Amino acid sequence: MNVLISLAAVVVLFLVGLLGGLPVLDIVFGILLPYAALAVFLGGLVYRVLGYARVPVPFRITTTCGQEKSLPWIRQAKLDNPSSIWGVIGRMALEVLCFRSLLRNTRTRLLEGGRLAYATSLTLWLAAMAFHWSMLVILIRHLRLFTQPVPGAVQWLQDVDGFLEVGVPVIYLSTLVFLVALAYLFLRRAVNPQLRYISLLDDYLLLFLLLGIGLSGFSLRHLIKTDIVAVKELTLGLATFRGVSLATLGTISPLFFGHLFLVCALLAYFPFSKLVHMIGIFLSPTRNLANNNRMVRHVNPWDYPVKVHTYEEYEDELREKMKAAGIPVEKE
Amino acid sequence: MPTPDEMAYYRQEELLEIDYRPPERGWMDTPVDFRRGSYIYPGKAKMLEILGLPNPRDWAVTDEDWKLPDNWKQIVLEGMAERLRKYRSFKVFMDSCVRCGACADKCHFFIGGGDPKNMPVLRSELLRSVYRKDFTALGKVLGKLGGARELTVDVIKEWFYYFYQCTECRRCSVFCPFGIDTAEITMMGRELLGLLGIYVNWVIEPVANCYRYGNHLGIQPHGLLDTLEFMADDIEEATGIRVDIPMNKKGAEILFVTPSGDFVADPGIFTCMGYMLLFHELGLDYTWSSYASEGGNFGLFTSHEMIKRLNAKIYAEAKRLGVKWILGGECGHMWRVLHQYMDTVNGPADFLEVPRSPITGTVFENARSTKMVHIMEFVADLIHHGKLKLRPERNDYVRVTFHDSCNPARAMGLLEEPRYVLRHVCNHFYEMPENTIREQTFCCGGGAGLGTDENMEMRLRGGLPRGAAVRYVQEKYGVNRLAAICAIDRATLVTVCDYWAPGVKVTGITELVANAMVFEGEHERKVDLRLEPIPGMEGEQESEGSGSDE
Ligand code: SF4
Ligand code: SF4
Repeated sequence: MNVLISLAAVVVLFLVGLLGGLPVLDIVFGILLPYAALAVFLGGLVYRVLGYARVPVPFRITTTCGQEKSLPWIRQAKLDNPSSIWGVIGRMALEVLCFRSLLRNTRTRLLEGGRLAYATSLTLWLAAMAFHWSMLVILIRHLRLFTQPVPGAVQWLQDVDGFLEVGVPVIYLSTLVFLVALAYLFLRRAVNPQLRYISLLDDYLLLFLLLGIGLSGFSLRHLIKTDIVAVKELTLGLATFRGVSLATLGTISPLFFGHLFLVCALLAYFPFSKLVHMIGIFLSPTRNLANNNRMVRHVNPWDYPVKVHTYEEYEDELREKMKAAGIPVEKE
Repeated sequence: MPTPDEMAYYRQEELLEIDYRPPERGWMDTPVDFRRGSYIYPGKAKMLEILGLPNPRDWAVTDEDWKLPDNWKQIVLEGMAERLRKYRSFKVFMDSCVRCGACADKCHFFIGGGDPKNMPVLRSELLRSVYRKDFTALGKVLGKLGGARELTVDVIKEWFYYFYQCTECRRCSVFCPFGIDTAEITMMGRELLGLLGIYVNWVIEPVANCYRYGNHLGIQPHGLLDTLEFMADDIEEATGIRVDIPMNKKGAEILFVTPSGDFVADPGIFTCMGYMLLFHELGLDYTWSSYASEGGNFGLFTSHEMIKRLNAKIYAEAKRLGVKWILGGECGHMWRVLHQYMDTVNGPADFLEVPRSPITGTVFENARSTKMVHIMEFVADLIHHGKLKLRPERNDYVRVTFHDSCNPARAMGLLEEPRYVLRHVCNHFYEMPENTIREQTFCCGGGAGLGTDENMEMRLRGGLPRGAAVRYVQEKYGVNRLAAICAIDRATLVTVCDYWAPGVKVTGITELVANAMVFEGEHERKVDLRLEPIPGMEGEQESEGSGSDE
């Protein structure tokens, strides 16, 4: 159900996007909507970040995944259980860049007679790495559309990415990896009964959006080519706020507008979706705090006094019994 | 006929018929099934009154009407809003889950039961769905399609069932790519339920006891002294040594605090006897306290406020008695509170000194602010400096494995110290498989206030992963002892082992330390602290070689 709705939604979005091929509407889809989407994206992210930043971290609740720092002769796991800021930076870098925690993933299986087996399971890690990193490469590659002259680094990345030298124009490795990883992530979600059970519209919608963007982008480059010079004029115009001539807009194919509209949809939806995990990963208190709890006091900004049962109250109730047992008391 | 409260009621083959496939019907439309053996009885009105908690009343989980206050919904939603403003953890965890499922098969309750709502991700969704509905734009617009749902009494009942089927063990948070800690969400869920007066008695009665009498069991000062005296008698029988029991002694150097579970129940008492012997042998200037006679803190399973209310006694007592620093016994959740919460909620402890071992001179820099040292750190340091006279061969009849308790492992990282100690006091130490120890350790299935007999089915199910790992080393290496540095473990793992790995007994580490220690003036050691004969030591002779054989 969720699968079909999200698929339909993305198809409709794409078809709507194609309208950008029509005169006048091309201004809407080519200029106004991209700016609007970008504004929602940036505004939304800033709003989110500020929203989180406003909420205090009352306790230091690090999840420790290795040996603590204790006696000098016991070796500390400095990255999995950091006690210093450098350790935390290292741990976060591993999480953000290498998805360290997913690397621990296992699959649990119940065998005959209540035996359990745990098998290392790296496919999710691999797919997640492949997807995120290829997306980053693709994003960087797209910078060539927004810069003039194109920075050397972007050019270099593009050359490396196209090292396969298959097809004309060359097929980028990142595109393939991106599409395959997404397809795997979708299949996994749709096939694994537990995952299907927990999946929401949000999950499928994002997968289809990204797949749609990937496929339309691939088609633009390899199948139904568009006037790339005109596209660059448009994108450069957008990036430099210089605008673009209507004549140029008119030469861009509808498919490009379909692609662009999906990107706009993704950008605008981003801050409202689970994609805010991009921020969350940096702010998770179980990961971004040093486990130095007993060394350095952590202050809770909203700490307040609570009702306690004082020693005096305790002794008042039990004094006679304490005296009879020979336990020292404050008041005889 | 055994009842659902008893182990014998559950046939292993039946428990093991686990179907991991979720039902056809979506989870939002699947109501909870309160079957006996899988839920815990509600908190009694009297306990809530002692603590001044809202809506004290007597009720039953199976009642249709839970006697909630009229404005219950407003209370919960306001409570949620407040916590979203106060805890970044809560807010970030509400927004960041991508439902990747990495945590799904990491929870012992899901592994042992197959109920999809025991997948950590879905446990969180129980709360997250309400968050979406009332706190996010998209949830408001999309409703159920967006994973949002209305807060109803049935949702409250579902929360109750599943937030008391989470032992707050944090295993899921190790595997989550964003460190989402379902234990934290469970804690929030339990706090919200608490606002309506919904608690379980197995938690709230100990809390009330602890509040009033200083320990979860409600042992009064004279009773505590008697209990320790009995242990001293047994110690004398086993070793020929009479130990002192300093109680509420002003001016002692060290305040010793341990979970009260070790005062009453077998096998915890043997660990307690171990402490007394160890301190006696070291000539430690220490004291017990009857007012702070509980290291554990069931406040952790109640609310953040309750953590603070119960924990306050420890520093207050340290101050009143004028000690220099505090030593803490073997316990799991106790150490989460002492390590991650105490200094924040009741510090700074600037009236204490940075802990320094009077025997070795080691300064415990890692505890320089909180001023509280773990007994395993203390003992490992003693052994490292050669201050204990040990004869590990006395423990040769023990083939031991070590269960990392959840909190020392995942909220502290106390992994090597207990192993170091074990290796020095036992010649036969075997690790369980690596996916079941250290930071990946499996819960006993009865932590966070779930370890009561009326919850027997869930305890046995939750105990399956640990039990299976124990049985593995039992079959492979002939392991007959499971060491654990946690009082809850020492109560709950007994059941888990009897059921899943019969023949394996549970022990604290300090018990094994004391059995291996040679005490000044001891008589011939023919029996261990359990007063059971030590095989091979009936007539004590010099031992032949004692290399470790792991
Ligand atoms: S591992 Fe984390 S992100 Fe993945 S489903 Fe579980 S809680 Fe959500
Ligand atoms: S904290 Fe432990 S019991 Fe709770 S959901 Fe996570 S793994 Fe399960």
